[in-house]
Amino acid sequence: MNQEGFHIIRTTTWSAGPGCHGGCGVIAYVKDGKLIKVEGDPDHPWNQGRLCARALAMKQYVYHPKRLKKPLVRKGQRGEGKWEEVSWDFAYDLIEKRMKKIRDEFGPESFIFAMGTGRDIGPWICMLAYAYGSPNVMFALSGNACYSPRIAALDTFQGDYCVFDAGQWFEKRYDDPRFVRPECMIIWGYNIHSTCPDNLFGHWIVDLMKKGTKIIVVDPRLTWFSSRAEIWLRVRPGTDSALALGLLHVIVKEELFDRTFLERWTNAFLLLRTDKNVLLRESDLIPNGKRENFVVWDKNSERVAFWDTEKLEFRPASTTPSFSCEIDLACVDGNTVRCHTVWDAFRKRVMEYDPSTVEKITGVPKEDVIRAARMYAKSKPASIHWGVPIDMTPNVTPLCHAIACLWALTGNLDVPGGNVVARFAFDAVAYALPGAEGIIRLKSKEQDIPRIGREKYGPFQKFIWRCQTDTAFEQIFSEKPYPIKGMWIQTLNPLAGIGMDPKRWREALLKMDFVVGVDLFMTPTLMYADVILPAATFLEKEGIRSWWVPLQSINKALTVDECKSDAEINFELAKRFDPEFRWKSLEELFDEIIKPSGLTYKELKERVWVLPTEGHPSHPYLRHEKGLLRKDRKPGFQTPTGRFELYSVLREEWGYEPLPIHEEPPFTPVSRPDLTKDYPLILSTGRRSPAYFHSEHRMIPWLRSIDPDPVVEVHPNTAKKYGIADGEWVYVENWMGKAKFRAKVTPIVPEWMVMATHGWWFPEKNPEEPELFGVWESNINLLIPMGQHGKDGLGAPIKHLLCKIYRA
Amino acid sequence: MNEKEVHGMLIDYEYCTGCHTCEVACAQEYNWEEGVSGMKVIEIVEKLPNDRYYLVYLPFPTEACSLCIGRVKKGMEPQCVKHCMAKCLEFGPVENLLEKMKGKKRTVLFRPR
Ligand code: SF4
Ligand code: SF4
Ligand code: SF4
Repeated sequence: MNQEGFHIIRTTTWSAGPGCHGGCGVIAYVKDGKLIKVEGDPDHPWNQGRLCARALAMKQYVYHPKRLKKPLVRKGQRGEGKWEEVSWDFAYDLIEKRMKKIRDEFGPESFIFAMGTGRDIGPWICMLAYAYGSPNVMFALSGNACYSPRIAALDTFQGDYCVFDAGQWFEKRYDDPRFVRPECMIIWGYNIHSTCPDNLFGHWIVDLMKKGTKIIVVDPRLTWFSSRAEIWLRVRPGTDSALALGLLHVIVKEELFDRTFLERWTNAFLLLRTDKNVLLRESDLIPNGKRENFVVWDKNSERVAFWDTEKLEFRPASTTPSFSCEIDLACVDGNTVRCHTVWDAFRKRVMEYDPSTVEKITGVPKEDVIRAARMYAKSKPASIHWGVPIDMTPNVTPLCHAIACLWALTGNLDVPGGNVVARFAFDAVAYALPGAEGIIRLKSKEQDIPRIGREKYGPFQKFIWRCQTDTAFEQIFSEKPYPIKGMWIQTLNPLAGIGMDPKRWREALLKMDFVVGVDLFMTPTLMYADVILPAATFLEKEGIRSWWVPLQSINKALTVDECKSDAEINFELAKRFDPEFRWKSLEELFDEIIKPSGLTYKELKERVWVLPTEGHPSHPYLRHEKGLLRKDRKPGFQTPTGRFELYSVLREEWGYEPLPIHEEPPFTPVSRPDLTKDYPLILSTGRRSPAYFHSEHRMIPWLRSIDPDPVVEVHPNTAKKYGIADGEWVYVENWMGKAKFRAKVTPIVPEWMVMATHGWWFPEKNPEEPELFGVWESNINLLIPMGQHGKDGLGAPIKHLLCKIYRA
Repeated sequence: MNEKEVHGMLIDYEYCTGCHTCEVACAQEYNWEEGVSGMKVIEIVEKLPNDRYYLVYLPFPTEACSLCIGRVKKGMEPQCVKHCMAKCLEFGPVENLLEKMKGKKRTVLFRPR
């Protein structure tokens, strides 16, 4: 309590409310149980007192007259909008009965548990699904194309994820003597405004720039960053992998790479057989040799030697591996095969992407490719921040591979000011996330077998514990190999936000026997639910946040009507579904999750945030040298070869391209000149707004007034060509459908591309079918197909389709 | 605060990112109806020679801005200054701000109503 009679609560943002992936320290001022205002916590190392517009608009969010405040049960037809308010007990009983019936008749896997961009829903939706017995947790975006692909890719090549260094590991941040400011940063497909990407705080980059960091920007749009870049690479959407390979080309050709890192920490020395283009294995050469061990050419003895992947040693120990050679070796099967090194193959690949070729593919002038490569490679340290557009292309994994090779080969991996390995603080992980095993998991491995997409796509067996979304979506209609009978929808709005081809998402919902929705406001999607449960904002709940660093508590500041937190809701039902459910209370579960930190939940609540300290694997730097990354504590990376993999063993095993490569996406002027005749403009979507998180916040007056209408950005010359004036309503159309936007005529976009905003529906409009809050009017996803994901099930063409525009 | 001192706002528009935090920070503090705020963030796409462009945001103090006089009297910062995501707003006596302005390019000094 302070002198003015306010009750002051220090807490952490993590959805719902600002809608983000959270992390800000917030001070809530409460009087007589009512929220008076929120402020940024000046003593919090994350945001240092700052807050975004969405967090500052919390009062209008919390007390919005249209918030869902009581459980609802559907009365009329789906989409008719007739609801009855019921008690929580009634709702829980009904849900329990209906869901158990489906489980008894069709098996637990026939129920899908679907979420939007995870945020703090992830652990609790997994807890519920796993208690029910279903492995089918779904992130409803085509190609799972947000963050998971990048995380899975880095787990594949370097065994751990990494992020740009802004000193976030230290309480004193930039002033900590261990931190070094990057000389140069590449900002790859990310724009600022107030969007905080990937569990990082966006404006940390601005802090670094103010301190002198120079930036290189990869973006088709003239963004705030591109305006301030030393070099702006205006890439054609979908060709980023060619650009990354072009940068590698220059770095390799001009020998700007870090030879020590290459020789000591990458798998460049392994031998590849040129007959099958696969790695040569110990088992190829000696009868009892192991498949897991690989072969190298010893320069000293001029004989083969082995790389033992269990011991992470050469055999014999005196081996000095050759990084380039061409030799013929006799295999146990009697054949003689010609071999060269991974480094040879890698160099050969990047040599295909000379700057002129890259200019032809990407549209980036070759001089700029060369300049950017030199600037990045010569700046020490340097880092790269990549945004979600990286995921939003089917070639995502090879693209990530190429970019990861940039920071690895320039010696910027896990060094101060570089790309720093990011692990969950104290390795406290709540649930199965890419590359991690949490406390919350399925009871048995068998239960995971029917998970949709698991069998077909390699990364889904090793790193990703969700359904492959497009495959699940198809299965809803085909009912093969088993039918999907129900859906649990938690803070997810596929009709307006995350669902590509959204009219078919409506059909998918209509096919369900039973749909439960959990949200804070009525949405077009919830119009198809049978039961709706009202959820709480971050100010109304207890919780923990464990994403990279710090480890944080969410401390409840107030209660609104009958709203409950997602964790509470799911906990109650999980107990009902699983007679052996392990935890008696949420607090007990929180205690177990954060146990590696040595704190109890109560203790964490007092401190609000804690940072891991020196020596812990979740604290930087150079952990591969110190043996902190691998379970066996040997120096190296958590990959099959123990090294950063220029050539991916797992990708080879899964039958995908093991080296970085560029592949033209499915709907571009290059891949589909036939479609380009009718649809001459590149359609890109999803530029961020400071006012909104995806499909949220359109009903919050302070935010809506910032960005009132759905907008499509059109270049002045393009506008002139099609007779469009600034502010006029236009249609954006292609073979899939059309949507209406207000034209913003601006040179921010290139002449050949339009940028349409996403997530639009109109909470002020009529909720009932067919109007459905106007969700079919300005929904850009009507122009984007499902099922165009990458070969490994990841990535989708969301940033590069084709369209035409005309006045409405 | 010395009532006779003239106060103002120094805006570093090189770093304003157009995040609109200042607008909403003000709206929350003073419970403004939608669309009203002591700040209005303006986007300007500058066309420059040789086909170059520069994108700037300028937070412009409006007639609704009181420079948070009440807060300042209590020794607190103005809400917009406190929350600015780019830390590009500075409040204080105009004299002091002018001194600071000499050391930083791309700034404007505002004295609202
Ligand atoms: S979006 Fe960023 S600034 Fe806003 S609450 Fe989330 S983490 Fe904080
Ligand atoms: S100084 Fe105060 S009144 Fe003026 S814009 Fe900032 S918050 Fe609003
Ligand atoms: S809060 Fe700061 S960075 Fe954001 S728009 Fe206002 S002045 Fe610019």
